[in-house]
Amino acid sequence: MCLGVPGRIVAVAEEMGVVDFDGVRREVCLSFTPQARVGDYVIVHVGFAISQVDEEEARRTLEILRAIPGGLDEVSR
Amino acid sequence: MKYLDEYRDPVLARSLVDQIRAAATRPWSIMEVCGGQTHTIVRQGIDELIPVRMVHGPGCPVCVTPLEVIDRALAIAARPEVIFTSFGDMLRVPGSTSDLLSAKARGADVRVVYSPLDAVRLARTHPEREVVFFAVGFETTAPANAMAVIQAAAQRLTNFSMLVSHVLVPPAMVAIMESASVDAFLAAGHVCAVMGWTEYEPLAARYRTPIVVTGFEPLDLLEGILMAVRQLEEGRFEVTNQYARAVRRTGNTAAQDAMRRAFRVADQTWRGIGPIPASGLVLAPEFAAYDAVLRFGVDGVTATEHPGCIAGDILRGTRTPLECPSYGTACTPRRPLGAPMVSAEGTCAAYYSAGRTPSP
Ligand code: SF4
Repeated sequence: MCLGVPGRIVAVAEEMGVVDFDGVRREVCLSFTPQARVGDYVIVHVGFAISQVDEEEARRTLEILRAIPGGLDEVSR
Repeated sequence: MKYLDEYRDPVLARSLVDQIRAAATRPWSIMEVCGGQTHTIVRQGIDELIPVRMVHGPGCPVCVTPLEVIDRALAIAARPEVIFTSFGDMLRVPGSTSDLLSAKARGADVRVVYSPLDAVRLARTHPEREVVFFAVGFETTAPANAMAVIQAAAQRLTNFSMLVSHVLVPPAMVAIMESASVDAFLAAGHVCAVMGWTEYEPLAARYRTPIVVTGFEPLDLLEGILMAVRQLEEGRFEVTNQYARAVRRTGNTAAQDAMRRAFRVADQTWRGIGPIPASGLVLAPEFAAYDAVLRFGVDGVTATEHPGCIAGDILRGTRTPLECPSYGTACTPRRPLGAPMVSAEGTCAAYYSAGRTPSP
């Protein structure tokens, strides 16, 4: 039940939206991520977006992981 | 899929494993709080690759929902006017004599919903029936369940109610810090996506225990473990955030607002663990009319656990499923004796589906 899965918003209509999970589309309530727009990624849990994925942070984490060894201290702050 | 596949890269995983091996000079005990994390760790065999003792935490809402509450759900679902709605993984949790799936087979109208808003919709489209939603979960699920009752009230639905059994993570972590010997915690990333991590800062300082907010993919977990090990080796005990792409320090304030509107903090019993002060949520007084316990008068139900189940020790991290005499014999996912064998997030089910057996 606790699984939260990232997906991309493909439509927004007021508080509800449609999120694409790798081809599977579902109606999702967006009232907790009011700033999210079409094209943004959100983490969805039981039909609600609980967090917008920060693409800049996601890119940074991956860069640091790829630069191992030595780079990890940067994220641990 | 974007934001999943990148965090499953086996080459990066191997280099993280090497880093952990190089960094850990002692067999530190690190507890992952959330059952979703347990699932990834056991399935990927992460705990078998690193010189760290991973202790599995109580973070499976299905597992910690008290037996009495399951029995109340069964009593309500048996009523002919009721459509009983629930997340799918609650259906096979054993109550003291039955489970919701068996009740459904006997004719009870039990329906699985994906979102709590589906239950509200059912109440609107079935005005002649009583629609009850089984509102269980941690802080991750609480805002969604809060929104369901807020919407039902806004729509003036009189045939909707909720059976609420909500648990809060930080008080359970305190209970574990007080009793068990865990050196560091991986905090549950999605709970923190909602709540942030400010609540953990005084805990890390008071118990001199590092807490690393961690995601759910293999690389997230390995990086979280490495961050915890580095703190332990350097004698630091801070809250740090591995899961920066999804979690901010103050969490999701819109979600917290909904929770605060619909719920109040209350004492809560955890199945297998017992009562923990201020560790749960109940409906706020203004939503008392939506409380299924009051509406159907099922308050008095009490129950006893199966004697062959050591779920309490499993949930506190003091024993593993391999130490349970019923594991894999009397207790399997098809015929679970205890809740940790039911949900994919339960430690016993995670061990079973990974094919783990006691070493002869
Ligand atoms: S294996 Fe089954 S009986 Fe043993 S602790 Fe887990 S759920 Fe209980």
